[in-house]
Amino acid sequence: MRNKAFIYLVPFLLFIALSGVLFFALGKDPKLLPSAKLGKPFPEFELPSLHKPEQMLSKAQLTGEVVLVNVWATWCVSCLVEHPMLTKLSQDGVIIHGLNYKDVRPAAITFLENHGNPYRQIIFDEAGGLGLDLGVYGAPETYFLDKTGQIRYRHVGIIMPDVWQNKLQAVYQALLQE
Amino acid sequence: MDKGINRVWKGSRRAINMAYGILFWGFLAIILLLQPAFAGIDIYQFDNVKEEQRFRDLIAELRCPKCQNQNLADSNAGLAKDLKDRTYQLVKEGKTNKEIKNYLVDRYGDFIIYKPPFRLSTWLLWIGPLLVLLLVFGVFIRKNLKTPKNQAMDISLAEQQRLKNLLDSRESGNSETSRHIDA
Amino acid sequence: MIPEIGHFLLITAFAVAIIQGILPLWGGASGNLQLMAIGRSAAFTQLLLLVMSFACLVFAFLTNDFTVAYVATNSNSYLPYWYKVSAVWGGHEGSLLLWVLILAAWGGAVAFFGSHLPAALLARVLAVMGWLGVGFTSFILFTSNPFLRLLPDFPLDGNDLNPLLQDIGLIFHPPMLYMGYVGFSVPFAFVIAGLIGGQLDSVWARWSRPWATVAWCFLTLGIALGSWWAYYELGWGGWWFWDPVENASFMPWLAGTALLHSLAVTDKRAGIKVWTVLLAILTFSLSLLGTFLVRSGVLTSVHAFATDPARGAFILGFLVIVIGGSLLLFALRAHRLKSYIEYSLVSRESWLIFQNILMSVAALVVLLGTLYPLLSEAFGAGKLSVGPPYFNLLFQPLAFLALLLMAVAPYIQWRSYRFQPAHRGLYLVAGASVFLGVLMPWLYFGYVTWQVALAFALSLWVVLSTLKNMFSKIVRAGLASDNLAETKIPKRPSLSRSYLAMVFAHIGFAVSITGIAFTSEYSLERDVRMYPGDTLAAGPYQFEFKGVSTKVGANYSAVVGSIDVQRNGKQLTQLRPEKRTYRVQKSSMTEAAIDGGLFRDLYVALGEPLGDESWAVRIYYKPFVRWVWLGAVFMALGGAFALSDRRYRRIQSRQNKVSSMVSLRQVSTVEQSAKPL
Repeated sequence: MRNKAFIYLVPFLLFIALSGVLFFALGKDPKLLPSAKLGKPFPEFELPSLHKPEQMLSKAQLTGEVVLVNVWATWCVSCLVEHPMLTKLSQDGVIIHGLNYKDVRPAAITFLENHGNPYRQIIFDEAGGLGLDLGVYGAPETYFLDKTGQIRYRHVGIIMPDVWQNKLQAVYQALLQE
Repeated sequence: MDKGINRVWKGSRRAINMAYGILFWGFLAIILLLQPAFAGIDIYQFDNVKEEQRFRDLIAELRCPKCQNQNLADSNAGLAKDLKDRTYQLVKEGKTNKEIKNYLVDRYGDFIIYKPPFRLSTWLLWIGPLLVLLLVFGVFIRKNLKTPKNQAMDISLAEQQRLKNLLDSRESGNSETSRHIDA
Repeated sequence: MIPEIGHFLLITAFAVAIIQGILPLWGGASGNLQLMAIGRSAAFTQLLLLVMSFACLVFAFLTNDFTVAYVATNSNSYLPYWYKVSAVWGGHEGSLLLWVLILAAWGGAVAFFGSHLPAALLARVLAVMGWLGVGFTSFILFTSNPFLRLLPDFPLDGNDLNPLLQDIGLIFHPPMLYMGYVGFSVPFAFVIAGLIGGQLDSVWARWSRPWATVAWCFLTLGIALGSWWAYYELGWGGWWFWDPVENASFMPWLAGTALLHSLAVTDKRAGIKVWTVLLAILTFSLSLLGTFLVRSGVLTSVHAFATDPARGAFILGFLVIVIGGSLLLFALRAHRLKSYIEYSLVSRESWLIFQNILMSVAALVVLLGTLYPLLSEAFGAGKLSVGPPYFNLLFQPLAFLALLLMAVAPYIQWRSYRFQPAHRGLYLVAGASVFLGVLMPWLYFGYVTWQVALAFALSLWVVLSTLKNMFSKIVRAGLASDNLAETKIPKRPSLSRSYLAMVFAHIGFAVSITGIAFTSEYSLERDVRMYPGDTLAAGPYQFEFKGVSTKVGANYSAVVGSIDVQRNGKQLTQLRPEKRTYRVQKSSMTEAAIDGGLFRDLYVALGEPLGDESWAVRIYYKPFVRWVWLGAVFMALGGAFALSDRRYRRIQSRQNKVSSMVSLRQVSTVEQSAKPL
């Protein structure tokens, strides 16, 4: 009898477990994807620089120091919002490389003339091939690379000042300490 | 008089034609400007039907990471187009379906395929329903094979009688009820 | 002013729902007939208030009152008036109001048709419905009020209805679907009322059955309508995407189908009571869960509403109270439900239970597949996607098993099966099904795969053996009535309506499976670049692209392509697919052109211009695709037959007689309910 009574409780218990999972899922953005590239080396590439089309850039230019690789484009409205923060970061000594993603060269150059250039090197990825190898699914995205050129963190979306202070700065500092 | 009307008619027709022309070209211009938002029908060339089928199956099974919940085939997003192009390229290079999927999972994670891989964290998904089915069928059949027939039949008859009384008292004069129970 | 009145009426309806939830329940507990009677009047009042409140919102739409935020975001002065009316449920807030309205309508229907029920039971049922109304009305009032104003800065014109929704599909699909979803609240309310009162004999099953059947019919048609709408509107030729929103409607359908069958066992044989009670709770719970999934934003979907975590939290809280509470009540009371029926392994009882097992496992597959991405993430196993390949793979064996068993269902009697010589013909039917199942697709399409052959053979097996059973019944009845002709016994119809219900529903299921199998395997798709004058062949059809022209609609302009379709050189029709640009939202829409038929659809969608007057064109040949929906119509028709069965009509006609005895009987049932079962 007692045994049977427990069986009748099973649907209730399963439902409570289920609502726990649903509660966990609430308020999370289901569209936010973790990077599949964490802990893996930055992909090899051979692409021209934005400002000097004849100069080819490769992975070697990104390694040796802790750097941020920021995926941006002029068609990306959020990138404009993010721009002042990137400028401030680069003034603070953070090395940021740009990955100009599926953009038009003159438009990108004009954009930087108007708003300032926070980037050390800018990779011009017109066809989006490097973006695809990185697993980029929307600009802006920012990749954190350690000294060996491994991808250690990815931030999707705008780097807001509070996001940097609360989360990203610690990630960056930890990489510097290594 | 007739001529005048004719001229007005012709003139207004020309005006209408012009308006339509403006509308048409203006509309085309809008289409070209808004390109990425439009229904993506992409044209790919194939050597044979088998190759084309393979490509179609692949883009139906791959998920657009940027979209709400769409496969590459149905999506109009720019990223979906890039991924379709890359898939096409890989198919043309003669890569197997497995290699192509691995290639994309490498870059975008398991999220990109609609058929989750079988592994420790997905066993419940793949085996769970089968286990439940077998378990329930098994328990049901075992229970029904084991029940001692005669004894249970007596209880059943008693219960039915009680039920019949109950029903009769509730739906007075309903002869249908008892017939259903006996039927 | 009108929106404020609507808001006020909604608040009043909320208050009435609270009264409906408390007083009849109290009356039921204390045996006070007057308090119990309040349930009925409260249900009618609530319905009336919500109808008026809803009318206020419709009025705001029709008069272009863009000071109302909801109207401003979902309508526009150029929108044709019939879309203005349907735009009322085109967004989250209004569709919730429709939901509550339909809930009140079901409550009103129970109050109206339930006059023959014992007063205490009716009171409890209406109280449960009242509490559901309280939950949903407060959800609207606190998180999703459609009457909120945008003052003083209101837009001069509205943002327009999403072009995808500007279609006849929006007019019919949501009301149908909600009628189904919400309709399962009635069997649910019966169960809860029974559990509260401690009274759940199998009479309960008889009362719930017609309600469950009506709800199921609406849900069946609602889902089919949604599928058909997606098919012609989205321009991808797909009719089912296993999207979370679709799954949200499919789960209650599967559970509801199981419920109809288990109710039959409980009604006629007083068996599997515990399971039927649980299933009635689960079916409505799955409806509620669907609402949560669609409106909380936990899953990404093509057609989810604009979402907001606060709303999600509210519904989740509501879910925990309603579902958790009912399941807890079930756990406490289930041991009182006893079924002593005896049946052998081959008997109608067993067959209905097998059906229940298959349907429940199918519902479990959908539930697991839909929620697994959340589970996986919650347990730190990463993000993953579960889509069509998973569902198709797992549904195939379930559907095949269901068909296999379904075919012999009409031959199997209650209690135990006795083989009759007349059944020997079934071997022939089985043989013919296998033979034709392979041969016919092969002849028609030129090749056949084992899945198609199996699906079609099993469908034939169901159709043929069901028809064989029906005809032998007719013949037997004919013989019997010949003998009776002299004895002047009034001739009875040879086949009962409930038997016909089964025939229609089962054949409908087989028709749907046939459609699914054929259209999945034999569809052709061509994406091509076409210049004016180009032709393309697909199967026996030739498509000639004639070029494009323009067209101006009420609130859009469009490029219209002309494509001549020929079959073996003979002109068949001209298809005119459109590419529309809606003025307000600046978004474009592909309006596919379809030449429909019983055996095939030709489907053409216009892509974008590729320069030099050439256009991207998508052409589909979709054989048997309409059978998918045709089968659903058959199934719903089956439900309608079940409802028109004699025993329900008799209840109707008896109602007058019974109502005169009600006052007397009410007293006796109150006494009964005081006794534990």
